[in-house]
Amino acid sequence: MSEYIFYPGCSIESSAKAYYESTMAICKPLGIALKEIDDWNCCGATEYLSLNLTPAYALIGRNLALAEKQANGSQTVVAPCSACYLNLAKADHYMYEDKAFGEKINEALSAGGLHYTPGKLAVRHLLDVLVNEIGLDKIRAQVSKPLAGLRVVPYLGCMLPRPDYGERYSDSEHPLEFDELLQALGAEVIDFPLKTACCGGHMTQIGPDTAFELIRRLIAAASESGADVIATVCPMCQMNLDAFQGQMNGYFHTHYKMPVLFFTQLMGIAFGEKPEKLGFGQEFVSARQALKRIGVEVPEAAPAAKKPAGLPMPSPLQKKPIGTTEEASQ
Amino acid sequence: MTSNPTTSGPPSLLHEVAMRTPGNSHVEMCIQCGTCGGSCPSASAMDHTPRALFAMLRANMRDNVLSSNTPWMCVSCYFCTVRCPQDIHITDVMYTIKNISLETKAYQAKTASDFSKTFIRWVENYGRSFEVGLAGLHTLKHFAGRLLAMAPMAIGMITKKGMSITPPKRIQGMDQLKKILKRAKELEAA
Repeated sequence: MSEYIFYPGCSIESSAKAYYESTMAICKPLGIALKEIDDWNCCGATEYLSLNLTPAYALIGRNLALAEKQANGSQTVVAPCSACYLNLAKADHYMYEDKAFGEKINEALSAGGLHYTPGKLAVRHLLDVLVNEIGLDKIRAQVSKPLAGLRVVPYLGCMLPRPDYGERYSDSEHPLEFDELLQALGAEVIDFPLKTACCGGHMTQIGPDTAFELIRRLIAAASESGADVIATVCPMCQMNLDAFQGQMNGYFHTHYKMPVLFFTQLMGIAFGEKPEKLGFGQEFVSARQALKRIGVEVPEAAPAAKKPAGLPMPSPLQKKPIGTTEEASQ
Repeated sequence: MTSNPTTSGPPSLLHEVAMRTPGNSHVEMCIQCGTCGGSCPSASAMDHTPRALFAMLRANMRDNVLSSNTPWMCVSCYFCTVRCPQDIHITDVMYTIKNISLETKAYQAKTASDFSKTFIRWVENYGRSFEVGLAGLHTLKHFAGRLLAMAPMAIGMITKKGMSITPPKRIQGMDQLKKILKRAKELEAA
């Protein structure tokens, strides 16, 4: 049994429940025990750093301090969200590298009776732990239903491979670890040049036209490469590419229907877990047709809304009402 | 934090940015190659490319730098940071410039800064973020005219993803977190 300290992050409890469910489903057969940090708080995403650096790092520091205090055996914190992972890693990195800064954050933490020893914990993303610690051999051994014939885009996004304080990835722009993991599941992995390009991040909320272009670029490239599905490692990437795909289609008058799943959902399928336990049906663009190709029946996503789905997000630049999401090929 | 990159005169904005950015940001090392702007996925939304912003920063064009929307349009993708031949921690420098532009009230990018503020208001009061509340409030404030049109999407988010429309449960250590953040804000202002 490999034990890890687990930092779930806020999204996994709201918009990315499918990620949580599928993560839990694959950890069991791999002998991974995730021990959640008791009373963890939000990492502040990219927003608190923009407003006020010291409280932003102190907010992250509270999680590290709690994790250090609660650590029982394991010294590794695992986060499934790329933004949470990077924030935790960033705080640890700068507190360690810049002593005066570390002392300042600890002075803030001391107001709450907490302290973090910089460098004490290793902060890692779930993908990194699966590939580099558990190992592909162990993962391959669990595969009972290979994803043979399923063409998958290994989409990593930004914050996992960059800036990579722990130097865990083979490259900051074109790393191969994710490809190898999906290959171990038997999938046909597409060599995707945009695998670490930006999903739009918070631009969906503050500059929709820029966000739609970044989403289009990824969805179009995946579609042109003949992909059945995009695999993601981050709740924000999944949300932007999936939930905003309809609005993006409306903005550009396109008709893409590219399913975007969490990689753990695909791992679960390959491990022979029941699709019902893997959060299928929560995605906006249904993955049902794609998985049918390899003989897997997953629950249908809820009936498509007349309006494209997404956060209650305005699209002031839309040229005409959307609602035409019929598949172009049909 | 680095030593004063300027040799004489009053502290420059460049110096302030360097001092307030954790670690050694190397911000004073820019050679104006433009790799940052060429790598930036949101450069088209910026009024200056990052390269131009750094040129203005070094020329101590304080108002131009602090009122620029460039740092606010940064999506934190770190492409520029890993590609910079001078190892400038560009994304971190953008965070610092945003901090100073808020403090001095020089910022013009209201939609972006309000989004950050609304996001953090939930965090400071509950210890957790609240995606539905955030999107709702942000829309109400900046795009109220489209609120009705947004309703079906919001409903989709709730029925399909099962997202809660009520704020998250407060963390148990809320008092502790508030004390930590209060002290941190005092330290930042010091």
